[in-house]
Amino acid sequence: MALEPDIRKTIFHDYHVAAGGKMVPFAGYLMPVQYSEGIMQEHLHCRDRVGLFDVSHMGQIIVKGEGAAEALEKLVPVDLQSLAINQQTYATLTSEQGGVLDDLIITRWTEDTFFLVVNAGCKEQDIAHIRKHLPNFDITYLADRGLLALQGLQAKDVMAELVPEANTLVFMNGGHASIDGIDVYITRSGYTGEDGFEISVDPADALALADILLAFDSVNWIGLGARDSLRLEAGLCLYGHDMDQQTSPVEASIIWSISKSRRTGGVNQGGFLGADVILAQIASGTARKRVGFLVDGRAPVREGAEIVDEAGTVVGAITSGGFGPTLQAPIAMGYVSTELSAVGTQLHALVRGKPRPITVAKMPLVPQRYFRG
Amino acid sequence: MNEAVYTEDHEWLMVEGNVATIGVTEFAQEQLGDVVFVELPEPGAELSVGDEAAVIESVKAAGEINSPVNGTVLETNETLVESPDLLNSAPQTDGWMFKISLADDLDTSAFMTDDEYQKFLVGKD
Repeated sequence: MALEPDIRKTIFHDYHVAAGGKMVPFAGYLMPVQYSEGIMQEHLHCRDRVGLFDVSHMGQIIVKGEGAAEALEKLVPVDLQSLAINQQTYATLTSEQGGVLDDLIITRWTEDTFFLVVNAGCKEQDIAHIRKHLPNFDITYLADRGLLALQGLQAKDVMAELVPEANTLVFMNGGHASIDGIDVYITRSGYTGEDGFEISVDPADALALADILLAFDSVNWIGLGARDSLRLEAGLCLYGHDMDQQTSPVEASIIWSISKSRRTGGVNQGGFLGADVILAQIASGTARKRVGFLVDGRAPVREGAEIVDEAGTVVGAITSGGFGPTLQAPIAMGYVSTELSAVGTQLHALVRGKPRPITVAKMPLVPQRYFRG
Repeated sequence: MNEAVYTEDHEWLMVEGNVATIGVTEFAQEQLGDVVFVELPEPGAELSVGDEAAVIESVKAAGEINSPVNGTVLETNETLVESPDLLNSAPQTDGWMFKISLADDLDTSAFMTDDEYQKFLVGKD
């Protein structure tokens, strides 16, 4: 396989190879798409036991400076000023046109320090974008820092042995901790729909931390393939597929990610890039929106497949699709005309020219099991 | 005893008389990963070399199987429709895909022998 000469490796690269990881180029990194067990088993293992994901390719960024909350609010439609220290929020970096430049998780570390985790494929543009709009703040990109996600039904049992107090964290909260003398920042979050944790670690300690986690019988490495099927079942968007600069957060059906205080009539309304477009869409709706689908039969319907109505008219497209190992059925998400977006609406997706029946379904398709206290 | 021959597209053919049984190789199933759906040709369908004969969908991707021979589909392995994972567990035996009644005498030397196929795989991931 010919690789781009500047392809990067995360600090865990050799661990993936040793675990049988099938390494593929992904967002400029060589990443494991699966290990020897395969996507199906990895997916089920994560749901039932504990999956360990290397997400060190994602961008870890610190934004620091007096008034950072207010300044960052120009770039994201969320209420950062009310975010408690060690609390985190999902957000979108909006464009002036009301599209989405990236989606991210923002954690407040101190009054004036925010920790951002952004998508690997967007991180350079994101950093440039943040620097451009926040020229007077310290923007630090932690290029080599490790990030591990420990996800699944039994993740809390692992944490009970390592950092029992981490199990008191509720979903979307974090804190500094020490695991066997290793300083880490742990949050109760993830991208699988399961309860779990994300652990940010200094590169010097990253391998030792992985050793500690992998010593548990319940913990197995999980690759990008299962990461994708897990998040699809959980109804979570994948940036660049289910959402991009051509889609607004309203079209992407993530209005919930826009804080009430930033909406029309809120105490801190507007004031973010693209607010005019996005707030108008909240008020009067959009012509299309993102929905989930259940697919008849066993043939997966994949990204790019056209969605047609009874008359055969194209009414949308699939943006993510595959086989859901937990549901043991093909599942998908995509955009359709809003009048066809009600749960239960029956449509067809064209797979190799043949119409396959699909039904608009409530997301998440597999119930999320976050720990909310 | 009859031996299977192989194509560069990772199919195997077992030829007995004028009937070729066709499937995919162990290497192909490893590359595909967990197979979740198999679409087989209609018995009676006439296929020429290169025609799309079947589709294999895995959790990861869709793969098309093109006919390596000219002929008429005689029979398909219906077990695969209910148990597509047979393609993973036994691709070169119980996981056979379809049988074709050959339109012309087949020159099996145009395909790879098992030894040649194993050499062909060297260096492929």
